[in-house]
Amino acid sequence: MDAKTAAKADEARVELHGGRILAAIKDSGVEFVLSVPDIVTSQGLLRPIANDPALRLVRVCKEDECVGIASGLSYADKRALILIQYTGFLDSLNAIRAVAVEYKQPICMMVGLLGHEPERPPTQSGRYGVRIIEPICDAMGIEHHLISQDADVAKIKPAIGKAYSQSQPVALLIGRRPVAP
Amino acid sequence: MMKRDECFKILARHVADEIVLATYSSAVEWNDLNPRVLNYFSIGAMGLASSHGLGLALARPDKRIVVLDGDGSLLMNLGSLVTIAAAAPKNLVHFVCNNGCYEANGGHPIPNPKVDFTGLARSAGYAQCHDFSELRSFEQQVGHVLAQDGPVFATLHIEKSRPLKYEYRDLYAASRRAAIKAALQQAS
Repeated sequence: MDAKTAAKADEARVELHGGRILAAIKDSGVEFVLSVPDIVTSQGLLRPIANDPALRLVRVCKEDECVGIASGLSYADKRALILIQYTGFLDSLNAIRAVAVEYKQPICMMVGLLGHEPERPPTQSGRYGVRIIEPICDAMGIEHHLISQDADVAKIKPAIGKAYSQSQPVALLIGRRPVAP
Repeated sequence: MMKRDECFKILARHVADEIVLATYSSAVEWNDLNPRVLNYFSIGAMGLASSHGLGLALARPDKRIVVLDGDGSLLMNLGSLVTIAAAAPKNLVHFVCNNGCYEANGGHPIPNPKVDFTGLARSAGYAQCHDFSELRSFEQQVGHVLAQDGPVFATLHIEKSRPLKYEYRDLYAASRRAAIKAALQQAS
């Protein structure tokens, strides 16, 4: 087996399990999930969330609604996770700019990177929309974490905890389709 | 046709421990008439008032949430009518002040001043829908509107108001946000 083939075989063995992400979300104290479906997280994450009685799923029509809803929930100390695709993140930038960044609200976003090649960093993706997500977060001062394999799931709870304790936004970028539990 | 400040004076007589969530011109006029800790102002990202209201309503089902929306603002977030209707918070009352223009942005007309917001809310699935053009009728029914199981929607057909002073930094000051959060924690 040549090196390239071996690398591909290694990559094929890497997995991201939706059940582990779901457990981390619940362990973070999240009670509400606000979402527009994203094909990256549709089967492995959104469907299990929809079937989980411990979480209330609020299906919204457009992603920027999530920012307002999460802000309103936070005033009464209710934690929410926004589950969207990167296209919806881009569409919501003004709401994120105002509510999350300028008004320092704890807006926690889990963003599916549709078309991302997991073997590369998102900034080197062949897809323009994926390439610009981390630089946009950096420009806006939004903390972000890449969740591409099971080992990355450990980042979720401290990231959400920090967002709420310091009242600031965070973006958790899903770099691979999670496997259904 | 009514005047917004006259509607709000009547509304203020019925508001006690409700959270009032107002946006842009409605926020300015409501705050002038009725400054209080439990006022929450949605400023900075136009259109999101109804979504902030849904979040509060879901978080605090024990309290009534009164949203004072604008016509231009709601047009930016019409999908929220469907989202709110589906989430079905009984404690949400959503007013839209319809004067047919972007009052906070120079008074230019909204794309179709004849839009039927009450009809849109009804089609979206709000539990109760109302439409008020006469102040006397509003005064007679507002108590009933506020007491109904929601989500409740009401259009207030109003004139353009007197020139308003828009001090957005004050309306969304960090101190206001901290005060309402503290008040909600004490009241929980």
